[in-house]
Amino acid sequence: MTDERDPHAMSRRQLIRHSAWFGSAVVLTVVGGEVISHIAGSTPTSSQATRPALRFAQISDSHIGFSGGANPNVAGTFGEAINQVNSLGYTPDFVIHTGDLTHLASPAQFDQVKQMLTGLNTPHVFTVPGEHDTGDDAGQKYRQFFGAGSRGDGWYSFDVAGVHVIALVNTVHLPKLGQLGTEQLDWIEKDVAGLSSDTPIIVFSHIPLFAMYPDWGWGTEDATQALSYLKRFSSVTCLNGHVHQLFSKTEGNVTFYSATTTAYPLPHPGDGPAPKPITLPAGQLHDALGVREVTYTKGQQALALKDQKLQ
Amino acid sequence: MAGNAVTIDNFKFDPATLTVPVGSTVTWTNKDEEPHTIAAKDGSFHSPTLDTKGTYSFTFTTPGSYDYICSIHPFMTGTVVVTA
Repeated sequence: MTDERDPHAMSRRQLIRHSAWFGSAVVLTVVGGEVISHIAGSTPTSSQATRPALRFAQISDSHIGFSGGANPNVAGTFGEAINQVNSLGYTPDFVIHTGDLTHLASPAQFDQVKQMLTGLNTPHVFTVPGEHDTGDDAGQKYRQFFGAGSRGDGWYSFDVAGVHVIALVNTVHLPKLGQLGTEQLDWIEKDVAGLSSDTPIIVFSHIPLFAMYPDWGWGTEDATQALSYLKRFSSVTCLNGHVHQLFSKTEGNVTFYSATTTAYPLPHPGDGPAPKPITLPAGQLHDALGVREVTYTKGQQALALKDQKLQ
Repeated sequence: MAGNAVTIDNFKFDPATLTVPVGSTVTWTNKDEEPHTIAAKDGSFHSPTLDTKGTYSFTFTTPGSYDYICSIHPFMTGTVVVTA
């Protein structure tokens, strides 16, 4: 998977020139678990007035094939999420789906989610697998549908707008928590070896790379090793799914952001006996679901995140 | 049947440890809304993904202790002890 940057850089410039989005949107920046909102551009500085170098959307945990009471129509809400991304007012440089595309990893479910993703108005759709996509065959079917251009269990990296993006697979080998494995860890080390330390790094994975709640498998056993290869970089942003709720945490140079789902909510860590789907009272489901915009502006260390509830 | 049955409920295998004589067929039934699998740690058996009410059976022909997990939720663990 490569990214042809120049044509899209051109279209970004054109879009920025003609779009009021960056001057009027309320931007939610998640810092240390708190959501801080401000009107973008309301504190104009030279750097904030600069156009974003990169804008992309994150969607996650569509669980196509789920039919339980928590959401009897996951295809419907996933379609709404796609429409919401298509209504951002600009064309995202790419869209990342951070896994659990399907609920049961059946070929029909993979086919359905792949068809639906073609409805996204973006030049590139990237994915990483969730454990629901890989649980019964170590990811073979996932890679048949989504593995083109990837290595190993399905990992890859690419460069866009001066940012290095790494997409990891931590759901194929699950001793108890997520695991990257030696082969992938070695690849990460080599993948970033030639990069200058001021290159912003974005890492995608399904399971969090931080210990959000290990008792429910919400962590990655060997993530510390992976992050040790990224220590020298001034800005590292890790985006994950899996936990079906917004959460963030900063450790040194790394900020982790868990995304919500387009399917159904899960309990907060440790709230109840198991991470079972929550059936909300009528009319409240959409508030628990959503899509995320991510913006990177050159010269700013932190990426700006804007989490939208499903409308 | 009851003696060779394992129920999956609330993300737990019940009973967590099942002892059966060699030659027994053990049947797992998923009562959760979430899917589960039954995957032996030594690779000797691995079910397809079981949706709600799904079942999986495996016949144990060699005595021994078989630890298994749900490969989707690997914090779920169980053991089948097969006696000679």
